[in-house]
Amino acid sequence: MRVREHTDQEFEQELRHLREQLLLMGSHVEGIIGSSLRALLERDSVLAQRAIEADRVVDRLEIEIDSLCLQILARRQPVASDLRFVTMVLKAVTDIERMGDLGVNISERVLELNREPPLKPYVDLPRMADETQMMLREALDAFVAKDADRARRVIDRDQIIDDLYAQIFRELLTYMMEEAKNVYRATRLQSIAKYLERIADHATNLAELVVFMVKGSDIRHPDSRADGGKN
Amino acid sequence: MNSQPAPDTPARISLSVSNLTVCYGAKRALGPVNMEIAEKHVTALIGPSGCGKSTFLRSLNRMNDLVLGCRVEGDVRLDGQPIYGSGVDPVEVRRRVGMVFQKSNPFPKTIFENVAYGLRIGGMRDRGEIAGRVEHALGQAALWDEVKGRLGESALGLSGGQQQRLCIARALAVEPDVLLMDEPASALDPIATAHIEELIHELARDYTVVIVTHNMQQAARVSDYTAFFYMGDLVEFASTDTIFTHPSQPRTEDYVTGRFG
Repeated sequence: MRVREHTDQEFEQELRHLREQLLLMGSHVEGIIGSSLRALLERDSVLAQRAIEADRVVDRLEIEIDSLCLQILARRQPVASDLRFVTMVLKAVTDIERMGDLGVNISERVLELNREPPLKPYVDLPRMADETQMMLREALDAFVAKDADRARRVIDRDQIIDDLYAQIFRELLTYMMEEAKNVYRATRLQSIAKYLERIADHATNLAELVVFMVKGSDIRHPDSRADGGKN
Repeated sequence: MNSQPAPDTPARISLSVSNLTVCYGAKRALGPVNMEIAEKHVTALIGPSGCGKSTFLRSLNRMNDLVLGCRVEGDVRLDGQPIYGSGVDPVEVRRRVGMVFQKSNPFPKTIFENVAYGLRIGGMRDRGEIAGRVEHALGQAALWDEVKGRLGESALGLSGGQQQRLCIARALAVEPDVLLMDEPASALDPIATAHIEELIHELARDYTVVIVTHNMQQAARVSDYTAFFYMGDLVEFASTDTIFTHPSQPRTEDYVTGRFG
C-alpha cells in the first residue's frame, strides 16, 4: 500500500488516530500477556494481580475504537483501502480484546498455582509463551508496516504452537496419571497452555486481517469460499 | 488496462466501443477507449472534471456530432451495428439511445405533450396508441400515480424531482434500448435523489443504463459496473464491488478514496 495522503487532512488525521489507538490497545494486551507469563515463571502473584487489573484499559479502548470506526463509517463513507482498513479494525479489536481476556485467564490460573508448591520445572511452556508472544508482536508489526508477507509468516507459525500444545498436553497427562494429587496443578498448567494456543489463534486471525487490509483478498477458510480459495 | 471487457459478465453486450477517440479541434479529449457495456445493467462513469466521461457518454448517441469542431474516430456498435457508419441516421441512433440531462429540461407544454413529443415527431398519429405509450412511460418513470389526474397541466408546475422523472419518461416513450444519464440527480434534494436512484434500479430490468456522476457514493449505490476515467483515458473498468473495495489501479484507488491532488 502506498502512503499517499488524503486531500481532506481531517480525514487523514482521523484514520491516523484510529490506527494509533489500535496499536495502543495491542501494546496493552502484549503487556498483560507478558506480565502473566512472567508471573507464572517467577511465581509473582502481585504481578499477576496487576495484569488482571490492566485489562480494564483494554476494555475501555475496545469501546473507544468501535465508536471511532462507526463515526468514520457514518461520516466519511470510506471506500477501497480505507474501507478495508476500518472494517479490519472493527474485527481486529475483537481479537485483541479476547487476547487480553486470555492473558487475564493466565494470571488467574497463576494465582491458583502460586498457592501450591511447583509441580515441575517448565521447559516447553516458556517456549510456547515466547512463540505466542512473538506471533502477536509480528502480527501487530505487520499491521503497522502494512506488510502482507510478514503477516503470512505469522499465519505459518501457528502450526508450531499447535504442536507445542499437543506435546505439553501429553506430558501433563502423564503427571496426572502418575499421581492424583498432581491433577489440580496439572489441569491449571494445561489451561494456561490452552490459553496460549487460543492467543496464537487470535494472532493468526489478526494476521489474516492484515493480509486482507493490504491485498484486498480474503485468505480465510480457503475451502468454503466461492472462488475455491484461489485468491 | 484500456481494453478489458466488463468482467464476470454473463450479460449480453449492448454497446461495444473500440478505439474511440474524440478531439475538440486539435485537442484530444478522450481515448483511445475500448469498452463493452453490458445489456440491462447499470454502468457508471466516474472521474474528475474534464476527465472525458461526459464526452464519452455523448459519443454513445452521437450527441458530439452537434458540437462544432468535434471529431470522433473509432467504432461504437449498438447490438453489433456501427452507429457512426455511413448512411446511419443520427436521429435514429438517438431514438435508440436516449439521454437524460443534469438539469431537467421539460418543454413549456403540458405533462402529456412532453411525453408524447418524441412519438409525434416520430410520426405517430393514433391518439389511443399515443395515450397508451404516454401512460406506460410515465409508469416506468414512477410518475404516473402523481400526475395521472393532471396530465393537461403545464410540466413547469412539477417539482424538480418530478420534472427529472418526466424527462426520463420522455426518453422512455420512444422505446430506446439504452438510456444515457448525465448527472441526473445532481440538482435534486436527497429524497428526490433516492427516487431517481430507485428508478434507475427499476429501469435496468428493461434498459441498458449508462450514468455519469460526480457523486461516488451514488455510483456505488446504483451501478453494476464502474468505469474510472482520468485525463481522457479509461483507467479502470470493473464491477462496482471491485472498484469500491479493491481497485487494481493506484490512480483509481487515489480517486475513490479522496487522495487526489
